[in-house]
Amino acid sequence: MLPRSADVALGSRASPRTARIHLLSVSSDLLERYQDDLYLVKGATGWLTVAALLVGLVALPFFLPKVGLGYLLFIAILMAANVIVAVGLNMLVGFTGLISLGHAGFVAIGAYASGLLAAKFGLPWYAAWIGAAVITAGFGFLVGLPALRLTGPYLAIATLGFGIAVYQVLVNWTALSGGRTGLPVQQLSFGIAGLTATQQLYYVAAGAAVVLSWVGYNLARSHVGRALAAIRDSDIAAEVTGVNLLWYKTLAFAISAAYAGIAGAIIAQALRHLEPQSFTFLESITYFAMIVIGGLGTVSGAIIGAVILTLLPHYLSGLRQWLPIFYGAAIILMMMVEPRGIYGRWVRIKMYFKAWPL
Amino acid sequence: MSAQPLLETTGLSIAFGGIAALDRVDLAVGARELVSVIGPNGAGKTTLFNCICGLYRPDAGVTRFQDEPLPRRPDAVARRGIARTFQNIELFRMSTVLDNVMLGRHLHIKTSFADAALGTPRWKRDEVRHRRRVEEILDFLDLQATRRRRVGDLPMGQQRLVEIARALATEPILLLLDEPSSGMTAEEKADLVFRIKDIREEWGITVVLVEHDLKIVMGISDWIAVLDHGVKIAQGTPDVIQRDPAVITAYLGETPA
Repeated sequence: MLPRSADVALGSRASPRTARIHLLSVSSDLLERYQDDLYLVKGATGWLTVAALLVGLVALPFFLPKVGLGYLLFIAILMAANVIVAVGLNMLVGFTGLISLGHAGFVAIGAYASGLLAAKFGLPWYAAWIGAAVITAGFGFLVGLPALRLTGPYLAIATLGFGIAVYQVLVNWTALSGGRTGLPVQQLSFGIAGLTATQQLYYVAAGAAVVLSWVGYNLARSHVGRALAAIRDSDIAAEVTGVNLLWYKTLAFAISAAYAGIAGAIIAQALRHLEPQSFTFLESITYFAMIVIGGLGTVSGAIIGAVILTLLPHYLSGLRQWLPIFYGAAIILMMMVEPRGIYGRWVRIKMYFKAWPL
Repeated sequence: MSAQPLLETTGLSIAFGGIAALDRVDLAVGARELVSVIGPNGAGKTTLFNCICGLYRPDAGVTRFQDEPLPRRPDAVARRGIARTFQNIELFRMSTVLDNVMLGRHLHIKTSFADAALGTPRWKRDEVRHRRRVEEILDFLDLQATRRRRVGDLPMGQQRLVEIARALATEPILLLLDEPSSGMTAEEKADLVFRIKDIREEWGITVVLVEHDLKIVMGISDWIAVLDHGVKIAQGTPDVIQRDPAVITAYLGETPA
């Protein structure tokens, strides 16, 4: 027979009180309902930070010229595009654990698709952009299909091949892309009165970055994010628990590609002149470096990485030829020292001080 | 055994490179039974689970569940009401206990992708509803205090419980437990026995257990099936199995006459 001591063990269940204390130690505000757990922004400090960020984004086009940095508005537009690519790429690499080294290919498809949809069919900007997102999502879905069989370095090579193939097609299919001479992109009207074209584009791009990041946060905490993280950590357990791998792996590719497509549309408007050289393998590596340096598997990490790696080349423009080496070294260093990136380190520092003086 | 078995395998066979991992295994588990599958290492116990779950495709044989053949894809099998744990713990190591068990609710989540992406009130209501159920399960397995811990940081015994919690969260009809007690302390094992009994008696879930700790197996099983080199060599109540000469030979080797 079984030892009766098990009764004693069963009697030692933690009381609700200990559970409450545990909750307290993790969050600064007392959580009283399960619903409180679902808020993306928690507490007064959180809301103040968000409000300050939004006000800063709105004020930026008026603030920058005052301090003689008006030209940075263009960098801010590229930054918004990079944030969107990084958040989408992180959904694929950081959450789902599927590697893509060909994301510049998706950005290129988005850029050319938005430009051509607006030029050839006379679509308004939002329709052209949504069309670009849908088309890239379709390509993402197709590239995602082999991902069902390929993992790790094999998938890396397959996506790398995709990125290079897109570049080659753009170079050679001159009827579509204008070839090496490039494709002029007409200026789209965003219809915001009283603003210059660059300011209008900035607001649209920043708005898209904010909304798509918000969607990223929402997905990350929902059943979608849980299913993607489950695939990353143990795909057989995910499958046996009811996650359809076919659906979620291709979904991750499609979302990630759609994000890249929107970013491509922004870049097309910012550059106003597209050539295949803007979407090379180096761009793919840069996107990859953004999420590794910022933090794999968190939306905040992707945003931080994109911001840093947009500003860095700008301020190090004299050392441009060294950037690929820097990115490579930074990726290796991050993987070794802090696999969860800058954001992961920040969370750890925060937790340390929260638990202080323990 | 009831007239209509809940799970029935007939002539289940699978070979890996000429080695028969399962050789015409017939097994019929009735509803609300607690059955153990035992056997020496490499006998095919985990392979049997993998075939039922759809992770392996058997070379021959049929598996029927609730009198219908089981689908081929593992997630479709899960939807039919079969949940399992793994011998080498397969948890989502980077996630918290809460998120691991919440994933168990995945196949019951009704809100759409769009609701999740926009965080609509409908999504919130659904999420809270599932959270309530998950908290009940955490309470049942005494895991409340760990809910925000990262699963990879927990001791082995608790990781096994998180796996059981995740399996229970899918509201299974049949639960396959693959060596749930390995890596547990003596006290945790004793606790586990009561929990497995509760799962069957209070929750009405049929349990198939693969286990090496024979004290647990003999103590709680309705009946036991013994596998050796992929062949079912015996089946019967714990008393019968303990005296079966074929089982003794399989475990201890040929005794000199």
